[in-house]
Amino acid sequence: MTTVEENKKLIQEVLEAYPEKAAKKRSKHLDVYEEGNSDCGVKSNKKSVPGVMTTRGCAYAGAKGVVWGPVKDMVHLSHGPVGCGYYSWSGRRNYYVGTTGVDTFGTMQFTSDFQERDIVFGGDKKLAKLIDELEVLFPLSKGTTIESECPIGLIGDDIEAVARKKAKETGKPVVPVRCEGFRGVSQSLGHHIANDTVRDWVLPKADEYRQLPEGFESSPYDVNIIGDYNIGGDAWPSRRLLEAIGLRVICQFSGDGSFNETVMTPLAKLNLIHCYRSMNYICRHMEEKYGIPWLEYNFFGPTQIAKSLRKIAAQFDETIQEKAEQVIAEHQVEMDALIEKYRPRLEGKKVMMMVGGLRPRHVIPAFEDLGMNVIGTGYEFGHGDDYKRTADYVKEGTVIYDDVSGHEFEEFAKQLNPDLIAAGIKEKYVFQKMALPFRQMHSWDYSGPYHGYEGFAVFARDMDLAINSPTWNLVENPWAK
Amino acid sequence: MTENNGNNVNTPVAAEPGVIQDHFDLFQTDTYQDLFEYKRQFEGAHSKEEVARIAEWTKTWDYREKNFERKALTVNPAKACQPLGSLFVAAGFEGTLPYSHGSQGCVAYFRTHLTRNFKEPFQAVSSSMTEDAAVFGGLNNMVDGLANSYTLYKPKMIALCTTCMAEVIGDDLGAFIQTSKDRGSIPQDFPVPYAHTPSFVGSHITGYDNMLKGILDCLTKDKKQETTNGKYNFNLGFDPYIGNIRELKRILQLFEIDYTVLSDNADAFDSPNTGEFKMYNGLTNLEDAADSINAEGTFFFQKYTTPKTQNYIEKEWGQETFNFRPFGIRGTDEFLTKLSEITGKPVPQELVEERGRAVDAMTDSQAWIHGKRVALYGDPDHVFGLVNFLLELGAEPVHIVVTNSNPEFEQELKAVLDASPYGKDATIWGKKDLWHMRSLLFTEPVDLLIGNSYGKYLWRDTHTPLVRIGYPIFDRHHMHRYETLGYKGVLNLHNWIVNTILDELDRQTIIPAKTDISFDLIR
Repeated sequence: MTTVEENKKLIQEVLEAYPEKAAKKRSKHLDVYEEGNSDCGVKSNKKSVPGVMTTRGCAYAGAKGVVWGPVKDMVHLSHGPVGCGYYSWSGRRNYYVGTTGVDTFGTMQFTSDFQERDIVFGGDKKLAKLIDELEVLFPLSKGTTIESECPIGLIGDDIEAVARKKAKETGKPVVPVRCEGFRGVSQSLGHHIANDTVRDWVLPKADEYRQLPEGFESSPYDVNIIGDYNIGGDAWPSRRLLEAIGLRVICQFSGDGSFNETVMTPLAKLNLIHCYRSMNYICRHMEEKYGIPWLEYNFFGPTQIAKSLRKIAAQFDETIQEKAEQVIAEHQVEMDALIEKYRPRLEGKKVMMMVGGLRPRHVIPAFEDLGMNVIGTGYEFGHGDDYKRTADYVKEGTVIYDDVSGHEFEEFAKQLNPDLIAAGIKEKYVFQKMALPFRQMHSWDYSGPYHGYEGFAVFARDMDLAINSPTWNLVENPWAK
Repeated sequence: MTENNGNNVNTPVAAEPGVIQDHFDLFQTDTYQDLFEYKRQFEGAHSKEEVARIAEWTKTWDYREKNFERKALTVNPAKACQPLGSLFVAAGFEGTLPYSHGSQGCVAYFRTHLTRNFKEPFQAVSSSMTEDAAVFGGLNNMVDGLANSYTLYKPKMIALCTTCMAEVIGDDLGAFIQTSKDRGSIPQDFPVPYAHTPSFVGSHITGYDNMLKGILDCLTKDKKQETTNGKYNFNLGFDPYIGNIRELKRILQLFEIDYTVLSDNADAFDSPNTGEFKMYNGLTNLEDAADSINAEGTFFFQKYTTPKTQNYIEKEWGQETFNFRPFGIRGTDEFLTKLSEITGKPVPQELVEERGRAVDAMTDSQAWIHGKRVALYGDPDHVFGLVNFLLELGAEPVHIVVTNSNPEFEQELKAVLDASPYGKDATIWGKKDLWHMRSLLFTEPVDLLIGNSYGKYLWRDTHTPLVRIGYPIFDRHHMHRYETLGYKGVLNLHNWIVNTILDELDRQTIIPAKTDISFDLIR
């Protein structure tokens, strides 16, 4: 049998454990990539099957945790009961520079801590009072976003009215984000909702809110970095590369971003988008409204970095293109040495991935730069356009799993025998108990950055230490024969 | 990434080609420091002087007063919501799959939070309810969810709790479970205990209580016998130290007491790596749990975590219950005295000797702890145990913040503080949060802070050395494996406290030709 046939058979076997109805639903989300196909053959962005262990989160997680949360100088209020804000408090490692609690608030948890009376009588008055209290205690904040938790949409609160009133009173943006956790099928809708609030509540007032840098003059090289959340500092090596080829980054949205940068965005000539999934909406809007084109790029691993730098430079004049070539050449020796060191230790190692956003495809070439093969990949909350893009990255026979369940992931791993699993914290210890090396691909396992040339060095080192750790050899005890 | 004011001795490292630099080195290099400085112009940032001025103001009494005036805003609370506790307690029962009925994101958060603390897999499922369920109710989700999780994960019991979504729309759990059974999702006799766990009532400890009561109520139905089974039940409450369960069992074995731990989740949160993933590691057998109704009595170590369960056991089971806090010397003494009384046996010599060693350790290092002013926070019973231990050492609790407090607890703790000469400066700050604590630490500084990992931000801002005791501990490894219970627990608590003080002293005296006069080899 070919790999494709074998893996298709494996999928059928894995599905046998489900009740019929669930098996039918799940079967549409699993497939094997066949060379020449323009997508991965799976359905996506559908409801998770109840009672099946999905790794997905909710709209609140997408809006607060991903899109708005990293905007460092605003207060992001978890509006509703205490839990959502508590569990997402400081969990994502979106680094920023600032004095926390004074001019930045990224690693703090602000909540309206709803009690039963708030559910019964509504929380709008409490919300209004709360924003007044924020003004007193955090006078340097640049505004507030209100991330609604499940009950808000169910009890009929009018947070938009409160937001309008308070924005007027405080002279600062107050952005109501209707990201109740029951909306949509995953965090993905939360990204979209948050993008829409930028469109509806922020950009229309951009000119009013914007503080231009001293002596600022528009230049043809002004770009925005969109959708890099600065996990472990990722956005900074990316920014450095763009600056090195002669571009001027006038905004990071939202990793290490500020509110002012958000309202700087319409001034750019090009939107450079890292995480297409979570931020394509606002890029499309800016294209339509301001005529700003957008371009996806991939800064994982030297092959893609070079490719992306050339692609970006091609949007500009020759000076930029020359500099891009220079930057690529400058790093070549160092990257060659790095690969020479790590490739022999990683050559031929098999990887299974499952992440969110863009990583299930974008990281593949970085593994390949190290001689590793990705034999399975899938998204927590991808859409059809993600799977289309993935087709350009994967090889014949790769198992594709959308919104993979705990059962499926474990069975695939048992049968496909990967050398490394690259997924999230909820999966990590399941596989480590199976003596399988694992790296977290959301938080970079507390390491990073992984973007850019410096990031690739860290990435290569981390993959090596995960796979080649001597601890895995200790798992089997000497008496277990 | 806030400026570090001296807690960190790392100096910036220059970038060198070929050297792999981690984030903590890389971003301190000139290249990135310059990048940050350049980026600032686009940020619309306040002037550094203004930031410094406001930062200073947040340390003042004026700020503290404004901070304590807030009524609507909560900042950095030391409490989570109900279902977290429900999942935590459910995991201690044999073959039990925790199931959360409502939105699916909640379960992702609970699993993540527990996993980050214990570095263990945590398996739980959700009904994955969306907009249509918000309108029509979650019945179909439950019917499918129970069928799928039962077939796929083959549990012996599904412990069902709710998210606030299901609570707000008013799903009828009992009826939904019965309907699911009637429609063949799960067998009629399959146990699905349930609990309503709205996150807008109480905190994670409330959810622990509700789920435990639900499980016991379900399993013990029609199990009451004429005579007792001669056993005692023990419940530790929302106690993140799995070493405590193991230590308790060792003590009980020394007394040769026949026991049932009601929710023994020690292995659920600390299972051996055998190369094979085992989904269920709860150690409380369902049969034992069912028979717990026939025990001689039930011991509760967290009075304010499990009031409903305790009341239920007294009223519904007609069983005697006891509250003990076997933490610190006296707390352990009282507990062992009781065990001696119910067994008619003297306290085993092994434990007597352990007591002697624990006290010996305390007398050895008490000079470093005596009179030290301490701030602490956490769940009510957790704080209660720690305060008692601090008072035994001659340390002085000053700021006691309990976000999920209640009046009975405050009264009981106050009596303890009033009875000790070391408790006279203490204030119990019920329902306050860690942003209140920040003001307290700035305006009335203390020598030591005891709390969970979130306390590291207070450490950074106020330079109060932090002893990590509590839940969650995300940024230090394996703390949960140790025991804090009993005399062995005393040694751990004591060790963590005294050595944090000594580490801090070394940090303060490390500057050559300046503070290193006191950089003593022997302390």
